[in-house]
Amino acid sequence: MITEIIFAVGFIILAPFIGALIGGMDRKVTARMQGRVGPPVLQPLYDVFKLFEKEKAVVRNEVNFYIFSYLIFVVFTGALFFSGSDILLVIFALTLAHAFLILGAYATTSPYSHIGAERELLQLMAVEPMLILAAAGFYMATGSFAVKDIALWPEPLFMTIPLLFVGIVFVLTIKLRKSPFDLATSHHAHQELVKGLTTEFAGPTLGMVEIAHLYETVFFLGLVWLFFASMPWVGLLVVIVVYFLEILIDNTTTRVRWQVMLRSAWLVALVAGAINLGVLALL
Amino acid sequence: MELLVFLILFPALAALVFCILPNGRLRDTIVVLVSAIIIAVTLYLFVMFAGAGTVYFDIESGMISQIMTGLEIIISAGLLYLAAKYRQYLIAGLVVVQLGVVLYAESLIQETAALNNLFIDPFSIIMAMIIGIIGSLICVYSVGYMRDYHTHHADMPDKRRWFFALLFVFLAAMFGVVFSNNLFWLFFFWEVTTLCSFLLIGYNWGDEQTRKNAFWALLLNLVGGLGFACTFAWIGLTDPSGGLIMMDTLLAAGPAVAMIPAALIGFAGLTKAAQMPFSSWLVGAMIAPTPVSALLHSSTMVKAGVYVIVRFAPIYNVTMVGYLISLVGGVTFLLASGIAISQSNAKKVLAYSTIANLGLVVACAGIGSYAAVWAAILLIVFHAIAKSLLFLSVGTVEHKIGSRDIEDMTGLLGRMPKVAVMMIIGIAGMFLAPFGMLISKWAALVAFLDAPYGFILVLLLAFGSAVTVFFWTKWLGKLIEVAWKPEPLEVKISNHEYGALVPLTVLMVAVCIGFPLLSSYLVVPYVFGIYGMTATLGQANMIIMVMMVFMVLVMPLTLLHFRKDRKILPRYVGGRPATSDMHFKGSIGVQRPVALGNYYLANYFGEQRLSHIGNGVCIAFIALMLAGILLGVIA
Repeated sequence: MITEIIFAVGFIILAPFIGALIGGMDRKVTARMQGRVGPPVLQPLYDVFKLFEKEKAVVRNEVNFYIFSYLIFVVFTGALFFSGSDILLVIFALTLAHAFLILGAYATTSPYSHIGAERELLQLMAVEPMLILAAAGFYMATGSFAVKDIALWPEPLFMTIPLLFVGIVFVLTIKLRKSPFDLATSHHAHQELVKGLTTEFAGPTLGMVEIAHLYETVFFLGLVWLFFASMPWVGLLVVIVVYFLEILIDNTTTRVRWQVMLRSAWLVALVAGAINLGVLALL
Repeated sequence: MELLVFLILFPALAALVFCILPNGRLRDTIVVLVSAIIIAVTLYLFVMFAGAGTVYFDIESGMISQIMTGLEIIISAGLLYLAAKYRQYLIAGLVVVQLGVVLYAESLIQETAALNNLFIDPFSIIMAMIIGIIGSLICVYSVGYMRDYHTHHADMPDKRRWFFALLFVFLAAMFGVVFSNNLFWLFFFWEVTTLCSFLLIGYNWGDEQTRKNAFWALLLNLVGGLGFACTFAWIGLTDPSGGLIMMDTLLAAGPAVAMIPAALIGFAGLTKAAQMPFSSWLVGAMIAPTPVSALLHSSTMVKAGVYVIVRFAPIYNVTMVGYLISLVGGVTFLLASGIAISQSNAKKVLAYSTIANLGLVVACAGIGSYAAVWAAILLIVFHAIAKSLLFLSVGTVEHKIGSRDIEDMTGLLGRMPKVAVMMIIGIAGMFLAPFGMLISKWAALVAFLDAPYGFILVLLLAFGSAVTVFFWTKWLGKLIEVAWKPEPLEVKISNHEYGALVPLTVLMVAVCIGFPLLSSYLVVPYVFGIYGMTATLGQANMIIMVMMVFMVLVMPLTLLHFRKDRKILPRYVGGRPATSDMHFKGSIGVQRPVALGNYYLANYFGEQRLSHIGNGVCIAFIALMLAGILLGVIA
């Protein structure tokens, strides 16, 4: 119990800094790929601090309630994950968090936010099956839904559920808001004229969205790592390679239409899930 | 025993009174009174029998069975008359064949001194509470709603006496279904629910579409009824002593003996639970006044369908028939959820979501393991409460804003805050963590994963649940999209309507918080009684769930903080000057309102397209199942 709480608290305190470092390096690498120097590595952190010094401007007060709930539940999701809880509950908590983000965008009643909210919903629908199937795969491989048991499994799970790993890496692009699947809102100015989902969020409100994104990045990379948990350093290497791949894809593709995103994400989930789970079930 | 008989007879006798009483305060008061008595007696039943396990009651069946046969003949004659009058020859044929089969079977079985005709066990108690509490609240709601309904439809003949009588007969029949151990009795009550739903759907009989939908519902349910009737023929032919007519004996006989009747009754259950390809009757049924939809979808009718399937779940466990039933449920869950995306009519969304959730229950029951049955029963409970709350709040909103379209509910939270909050709670209960349905989904997933070939059901569940998130969240979004300070619409909602909505909302929250108690007092004893083991959520997960419920309930308090010293800025409308009530300056200087619409993706999730696929696939599964039975009979 104590260890679990330490892990949870550790995540809550450290994740934003780790997330900011990852984000900073992301921007650095991206800049080099585009032939620029790029901002300092700690720039994401400076951005967040600056946002909280800005004027507290909103279009409606209620919006902050939804966004704050989003942040709280993203943190909760990650804390559940890193304290080794039931992975299905982790996924459901994440869905709840994103429902709050989408409701926040709806609550602004602004045309651009509205479109962003619809697209974020599409992204949610595209990703959800793959996450549930991955959880099912972990269960079939280890006999447990508990992240703790999965992490302590003696062999790397990648060997038993390789296709589900590929599927998770695929939907990671959607979750990290990377091109070509950054439909709801993008980190890059060149991708869109108006900021989609986050159009109406400013100052501290936008700051909360940014912090939530830092937590989420760490959580998802943790999920990738889980496939190699029995070999922690190899896992770390894989996480770095996967993230670099995401940056590469981000910088070499242009945004696709939602149909392409939904179809491809579902197709990957269906193929990966059906084959990998089917093989596990029949063996 | 008196309690059980009282719950069956009292609503039926009350119905006789409602046939006579004219519209007016007296009738309204009596409706509320009768409902209150039914709720009180149901609660008393819970207190008396909650810890008692399974209790059987001896009732001399001779006289009662004859009365039931007599009533069945009268009902058939009535249906034949209607069918002849409206040239529904298929229905006429079905009625005749079904009656013939039943009478033939009765002649085969020499009814020995059949005992144990009535019984009660924890599952019956759960069903009785759903019927008694939710059903009665819907009756109370109807008092206010139907008054409004007839002011809105002044040209319609006012048949409210008839309406209230039918509502209570319906409840009586449902009590009969869940308390009967004698399958003949269960079948009688089963047919009464079919009849009641037919008459209630056809309430506005003058309208041609209404008649058509009512007859369609009748036709599909008669097909199911025929399947049920065939069970008796099978029992009569294999065991003329009539011992297997008792459900407990049949279930105890195990799959080797009971596979064929279980498959036939499962087939009947699929029709009544509106699974594909039979789902169209439930969608058509929403033409009836809203309380009827609420009743059909939450506490009666479809619940009778899943009730029998869950009852026979132990027989389905690890069999071909059970797996096929599961697949029908799983495919229905996925495709009906998909269709719900493309619908903007609130009642249609609710209808398809009902079909989908029943599909999940059926999928669990078909798997028939202890974990699956545990999940199925919890699903039934959560769905009943959430769906009745949603239907009734949509009904109230419809009367106030004059539309049942979700697009017209934009910003409802501003216009009708109280009802909108209730609706939001109902929707959250349908899909969001940490509320009810999610616990059930968790349990269903675990159950599927442990079942042989369960991974196909896991696939169906994974995609289906993603789809549900989509259509519920966009509905929620519409409700909170408040753009301007609107004029309040929440005047003149009758006390009767609040009298049902408020308790249902409280019940929804209470069940979400108190489901561990519900599970350990009723669901676990039932499951344990059959399988000798049971599923639970596990203590650690329980703590997490409770934490999440607590967080969600506390979170709105932050609104108090976020209301302070914020600067309100206008929204961005593409750089055009916009007012705070979301009008912008359009071309040639005209002020235009901003109109925001949701995605419906009709090209991908269209009703026609998906129901064609679903019907085809499910017909194939059911045909396989029936072919299997035929082979079993011949072999």
